[in-house]
Amino acid sequence: MADATSQAPSQGASHAQTGAVARFLKATELDTRMLGMLGALALIWIGFHLLSGGLFLTPRNLWNLSVQSASVAIMSTGMVLVIVTRNIDLSVGSLLGFVGMVMGVTQAEILPDILGFGHPAIWLVALAVGVLTGALIGALHGYIIAFLGVPAFIVTLGGLLVWRGAAWWVTSGRTVAPMDATFRLMGGGPDGAIGAFWSWVVGLAACAAIILLLIQGRRQRRKFNFPLRPLWAEAFLGIVGSALVLGAVAVANSYPWPIGIVRRYAEANNIVIPEGGMFIAHGIAIPVLMALGVGVVMTFLTLRTRFGRYVFAIGGNPEAAELAGINTRWVVMKIFILMGVLASISSAITTARLNAATNAAGTLDELLVIAAAVIGGTSLGGGVGTVAGAMIGAVLMQSLASGMVLLGIDTPLQNIVVGAVLVLAVWLDTLYRRRVK
Amino acid sequence: MADKTPLVEMKNISIAFGGIHAVEDVSVELFPGEVVALVGHNGAGKSTLIKILSGAYKRDSGEIFVNGERAQIANPRDAKRYGIETIYQTLALADNVDAAANLFLGRELMTPWGTLDDVAMESETRKVMGRLNPRFQRFKEPVSKLSGGQRQSVAIARAIYFNARILIMDEPTAALGPQETAQVSDLVRQLKKDGIGIFLISHDIHDVFDLADRVVVMKNGQVVGTARPGEVTEDDVLGMIILGKCPPGATPGPGALQVAA
Repeated sequence: MADATSQAPSQGASHAQTGAVARFLKATELDTRMLGMLGALALIWIGFHLLSGGLFLTPRNLWNLSVQSASVAIMSTGMVLVIVTRNIDLSVGSLLGFVGMVMGVTQAEILPDILGFGHPAIWLVALAVGVLTGALIGALHGYIIAFLGVPAFIVTLGGLLVWRGAAWWVTSGRTVAPMDATFRLMGGGPDGAIGAFWSWVVGLAACAAIILLLIQGRRQRRKFNFPLRPLWAEAFLGIVGSALVLGAVAVANSYPWPIGIVRRYAEANNIVIPEGGMFIAHGIAIPVLMALGVGVVMTFLTLRTRFGRYVFAIGGNPEAAELAGINTRWVVMKIFILMGVLASISSAITTARLNAATNAAGTLDELLVIAAAVIGGTSLGGGVGTVAGAMIGAVLMQSLASGMVLLGIDTPLQNIVVGAVLVLAVWLDTLYRRRVK
Repeated sequence: MADKTPLVEMKNISIAFGGIHAVEDVSVELFPGEVVALVGHNGAGKSTLIKILSGAYKRDSGEIFVNGERAQIANPRDAKRYGIETIYQTLALADNVDAAANLFLGRELMTPWGTLDDVAMESETRKVMGRLNPRFQRFKEPVSKLSGGQRQSVAIARAIYFNARILIMDEPTAALGPQETAQVSDLVRQLKKDGIGIFLISHDIHDVFDLADRVVVMKNGQVVGTARPGEVTEDDVLGMIILGKCPPGATPGPGALQVAA
């Protein structure tokens, strides 16, 4: 029975009419919306590159762009789940600020007294305290939303004020600095990057993972007699995917350390700098690795686990999810716990990058995070959204911001452009969805 | 049939929403292989009654017995554990995910690593849909893109896939054309043959008169009476639905119109 039904073409659409592009998309099963976003990103990058006279698409700018995007990108992956279940979280920026203060005080004022200054475990304890704090606050939000029935908008609007105020209270507004040396690696910079060799290792591992996933997917489909992608399409996906990964690594590896740092490094290691300088590459920044790691984990969570399946089912039809026996309240609470954890990770990156904990950290980040998720294709109506889309959305927002800084555009005008782009992007998306339907 | 244990027995069930008695002291029973039609106007309490059985609502009073044993049904998961499956009037499908995800919603097949086994779920979905609706091919699309009949067959597939012993169908043909309605009727007869007990809820007596072994008529949250289609006419049943008047061939319930004495 399964054979008879599964061999038939999946759609009754007439194949003769479809053009080469449509056939290509069908064979590769690529998401056209995602391709559109990548196209828009490419357009923005090339546009800024031309307007800035060749300053945008340089290893240095792209590397910085990746580091600057990390914090918002991490939070946007959680915001996808929040919005998919028809909720919203306005408190992530304040949460980031509060958790940052907690981590700052923990590592700069509490732990050195207990463990001793510069103890190697300080960064880990501080991060753990931060993540736990974030998880507890998320759990509190989630409990009030899911079990007490207060709308997420109100609960997190309250959270926005409460946690910003709490961030001030931790030290009565005093900025805490400096951060632990190991903790600081999470903020990027020449030290907070993994260098050329390990970047290549990560890149090759990613390529291997892409190819293994393709092979595994093909094997599974064959096992159940599902239609397979043509071999050329599989090869295309594998090659393009690997090329993109290796290209990104190559870019990260062609951004050298500044001369001053190279000189200090050479002195510390008794190396004589050869004539014409010494090239030491940054490689992939640690915060970027963390963001990519979060992206992989969150994608796995949304696509391959029960939890993810329930999140989308609740977003599509809360009543149906309830009737199917899903404990919808607990799922919603878990989403907010996750959001708290992700905000803490972002907080660690932001605090480490600044090398200080300030009570203003993360101000207005909630709006950037929501915008990134929405630009990335998350529907405010619920039920639709992807982690990868939101992360690309975060990079897109950051590209606009840093591109305009590069062009020397005034801050007020930058805000105007970003706001207009947000509305434009959502409008285009609405048009696209209407046409697809 | 009286000597056999009923598959389900709902005894003196009552539920009120803010002072309105949606269901008041209703008792119904269902035997294996039997089709019981629950009919009545909109708002007569039919859907509310079966939502109590399927675990969606919590009753205020009354008891439910499954195979003669008292059953604890506090939520939909409990009901499913007793083999009670429901096809809701609204179908209760998550529109944004595909047929397989809906079919296995809440009861996903997992790989040995604890991840969703989408391939296995799709394969099973293809099997069961092949039986119900052989022309159905849109397995990869969200169910919002399917036609009314296709959505209905997904909802039915979900109810019968897990070896239901008691099937509740709330207005199963409301959204269907004549051909699909006939298909559902065939399915009901086939499931009946397998010994499954079926509650068929409808506001239209014509839909269910030929299929039902017994017809239970509800009005204003109470049972007007129970009748066997062979012993009363459709018009008799209509009289029960509209006027609450119990004809001679039927067993009157607490909600029957008291004839002026």
